[in-house]
Amino acid sequence: MIQVRELSKSYKGVEVLNLPLLDITRGESFGLVGNNGAGKTTFFSLLLDLIKPTTGYVTSKDIQVNESESWKQFTSSFIDESFLIGYLTPEEYFYFIGDLRGQNKADVDQLIKQFEDFFHGEIIGKKKYLRDLSKGNQKKVGIVAALIGNPEVIILDEPFANLDPTTQIRLKKIIKELTENREVTVLISSHDLMHVTEVCERIVVLDKGEIVKDIRTSEATLKELEQYFAG
Amino acid sequence: MIGHFLRLEWKQYFRSSYWQKNIVLNILLVLAALYFILLFLGGGIAMYPILKKMYPDQDPFVVFNGFLFFWIIGDLFVRFFFQKLPVMSVQPLLTLPIKRSTVVNFVLGKSALSFFNFLPLFFIIPFGLVLIDKGYDISMIVIWMITLLLITLINNFVNFIIESLSSETELSFLPIIVLVGGLYGLNYFGIISFSDLIAIGITSIINNPILLIVPITLLLAFYTLNYNVLRKKLYLDHSLKTKTKEATSTNLEWTKKFGDIAPFLQLDLKLITRNKRAKSAIWMLVLGLLYGLFFYPQKIYMEMEFIFMFIGIFVTGIFLINFGQFIPAWDSSYYKLLMSQNIKYEKYLKSKFTLMVISVIIMFVLSIPYVYFGWKILLAHFAAAIYNIGVNSHVIMLGGSYNRKKIDLDQRAAFNFQGTGAVQWLIGIPLMLVPMGIFALLNFLVNFQTGVAVIIALGLMGIVFHQKIMTHITQRYLNSKYRMIDAFSQDT
Repeated sequence: MIQVRELSKSYKGVEVLNLPLLDITRGESFGLVGNNGAGKTTFFSLLLDLIKPTTGYVTSKDIQVNESESWKQFTSSFIDESFLIGYLTPEEYFYFIGDLRGQNKADVDQLIKQFEDFFHGEIIGKKKYLRDLSKGNQKKVGIVAALIGNPEVIILDEPFANLDPTTQIRLKKIIKELTENREVTVLISSHDLMHVTEVCERIVVLDKGEIVKDIRTSEATLKELEQYFAG
Repeated sequence: MIGHFLRLEWKQYFRSSYWQKNIVLNILLVLAALYFILLFLGGGIAMYPILKKMYPDQDPFVVFNGFLFFWIIGDLFVRFFFQKLPVMSVQPLLTLPIKRSTVVNFVLGKSALSFFNFLPLFFIIPFGLVLIDKGYDISMIVIWMITLLLITLINNFVNFIIESLSSETELSFLPIIVLVGGLYGLNYFGIISFSDLIAIGITSIINNPILLIVPITLLLAFYTLNYNVLRKKLYLDHSLKTKTKEATSTNLEWTKKFGDIAPFLQLDLKLITRNKRAKSAIWMLVLGLLYGLFFYPQKIYMEMEFIFMFIGIFVTGIFLINFGQFIPAWDSSYYKLLMSQNIKYEKYLKSKFTLMVISVIIMFVLSIPYVYFGWKILLAHFAAAIYNIGVNSHVIMLGGSYNRKKIDLDQRAAFNFQGTGAVQWLIGIPLMLVPMGIFALLNFLVNFQTGVAVIIALGLMGIVFHQKIMTHITQRYLNSKYRMIDAFSQDT
């Protein structure tokens, strides 16, 4: 699904990411872990063509992301709050994203309905603008918006951060269901080793921009990761 | 403690990306400051002879005191628009062992050092010295100068009260207009003669220095008022728990008529109506519409026909200029979203274009009453409207592709320079001066009708080649995509 070749990114001569080869297959739930500055967000930004690669390229479904824009039709993402439009209500935001992804109001309403318990009654019909919601609630909106329009690739940066325990558990369930039928590829990054090992079948550890571990998740994975990070 | 604060201020100023990236703006501001200092200095020196000449049989000093009321309200008016509320990022300080009162006193004290408090001194001191030179009693003039300084400081603190009032109520510059306009009106129609009252007050203070206690008490009172207001704000919950206004949902179904640009049109309309900064573009409409009234009633301007075109461009294009100059910075806070979504850049830009065209048409229709001042004006405005639609709309969007400055939608609107870069200053030249120049030249060389016809023709050409031009502009935006994303994600 996603192929990374000789990808690197440098800022003023300092290399922050260097991925010679990485393949992510369709339907994979892919977890990215690493300490601060390991290059997780840089990698996601390159996948979304938000920054320019210094060398190499990324292809998504054989489309090179910085050459064509047609990957946008099947890719959705939530990186941070700058993906939200502060002066819209959550409903308006969902409809706006829906419009962009060719979904009408009814389609969007139907999708949102499935996430009623995820929202915990704090999002829909509250007559609040997104800028007035708490960080956690903003995140919920962003994550659900990333599910609108049947995307085939979903990229979530730190989806568990700022969420309360109940929501974290619900989010894990959602991610697992997404990848169940092996159609949707989910890429997430996290600082929480437990969550990642629970939802991802493959975990890649980045350190200073390079892949140091590439693991098929098993019983022993959490231990292995903990040991690695305890250093 | 004060030393620490001063060091923080220093670093905040010189390390801000605003300072570092905005050299042009800073140089312009310094030049403006120098200009005003010179102006005041000159005024201070020349005031005595001028008054002597205008009112030969009156005492210039008394005459000047009679005008003090206008000085005071003028000062307030200018301060409101240009002086910023004293700010300090207090949140990091709250948990440190610093008394709240120290912080508040520092912030208020700092504001006393504002340029707006020094500027009047450049007038007051030379004027006072001239008076002393002309034989006025030294002690009297010194007391007069002290009084004026006190008045300046009172204005300083009164302004903050007005500003915080208007920033909290979202009334924009309504409070200051009402206050200054009200005072001026009462005075003008002789209901309460403030100019006399103030002149009498000043005279009594000069004759009886003990009365200095009155302005001093006033100053202290306003200081305390500010102190109390600020102190109350010095709690975290004030900034954390921002008053959440109930969201209003507007039915924008009618935008569906515009086809596939509808989602963006809806977004733009919400942007304008729901954000402080953008809302000011609407306030400016009123100001822009009335702009002609500054010129047309006066005979001299009626003879300068080239000015019709300038006013026409301004009146019909006020929204275009105000809104257009910050494309795409209006969307800077969520630009990454737009760039990773499945959108067509062309549609995004077309929505902005449509909005601007509609505004030009509406403004032209509203400006039709100017025909009262002559049919030539209507004709010039019509030509200007066509030019705005065909040429200026494209020029301003092209300028937007060089936009690298983020703007914060919640910030106060009037005279907020955030997001203003060299682009915004330079874009004014082709926007206003070029059509005026072309028109003026033709009007001078040939005649009025030819000038109008050429301006209309230029506008029509822009409309005809709209698609071609848009393709080119879209490409420019695409080319600067990475740089824009990078610039918009930096804090200013």
